[in-house]
Amino acid sequence: MSIGIEHYLTVAAMLFVIGIFGIFLNRKNIIVILMSIELILLAVNINMVAFSSFLGDLAGQVFALFILTVAAAEAAIGLAILVVFYRNRGSIDVQDANVMKG
Amino acid sequence: MVIATLAFYLFSAVAVVSGLMVVLSRNPVHSVLWLILTFFSAAGLFVLLGAEFVAMLLVIVYVGAVMVLFLFVVMMLDVDFAELKSGMSKYVRIGSLIGLVILVELVIATSAWVVAESAPDMRAAITPALEDVENTVALGQILYTQYVYLFQAAGIILLVAMIGAIVLTMRHRKDVKRQSIVGQIYRDADKAVEMRDVKPGQGL
Repeated sequence: MSIGIEHYLTVAAMLFVIGIFGIFLNRKNIIVILMSIELILLAVNINMVAFSSFLGDLAGQVFALFILTVAAAEAAIGLAILVVFYRNRGSIDVQDANVMKG
Repeated sequence: MVIATLAFYLFSAVAVVSGLMVVLSRNPVHSVLWLILTFFSAAGLFVLLGAEFVAMLLVIVYVGAVMVLFLFVVMMLDVDFAELKSGMSKYVRIGSLIGLVILVELVIATSAWVVAESAPDMRAAITPALEDVENTVALGQILYTQYVYLFQAAGIILLVAMIGAIVLTMRHRKDVKRQSIVGQIYRDADKAVEMRDVKPGQGL
């Protein structure tokens, strides 16, 4: 049997759901939450590239590239905030981030 | 064709299992390593799809830069990760319920879509013929023409991220001795040497 676009979309959907599940499961640990967000963005990238390949349209790959850029920027900023937060609080527990009482 | 099918199932199984291990493993260092494996297998999937450039970008940018950054931060912070894991079993049920709902929604959404009639012509207008040029060349041909403003915007985003990360993490410590070049230049023998009249048997 040949591999169709549905197969790739299924893999991407599973990775996406694993990412969401990870955010719920590790809701105290900011590092693992950031990694779950990376998983979600990877799932989106797989969707983009699968559609791009099966529909013969390169725009999907261009946008996968931009998603990659934004994900890298987000990871850098997120980890920088994490380091500052740890320096001030001595912990990376999300529950401790309550100074602004939001 | 059989090999491609087998490779697809291998890569996707590895990607999903290692993605689960990212979420479930107790040690964040192991999580980062599993995430690296996930990205490698996703790169394999991209190669199977014929998107070599994005696959190599994934390996270089993600595995080479972002994951190493994660690893640095995980190892730099001295955190008791066992304590952070303590409430994990409380959220398994609600998490898997919401995950199941989203998975069902995604399956419903992906199994019911059609391509509009005018779509192939609109796509063909911006994409070079994929049979003639290889993936990287074709990407470059539309990235630097059609999407040049977005490309510049991506560069600005990276610049802002870089400056932001530096500004956030830079700090001036008060207790660290630093070189003062102006002070060194304007220093002379009068200020550097002080004559004291020390009485015998007393010291300073």
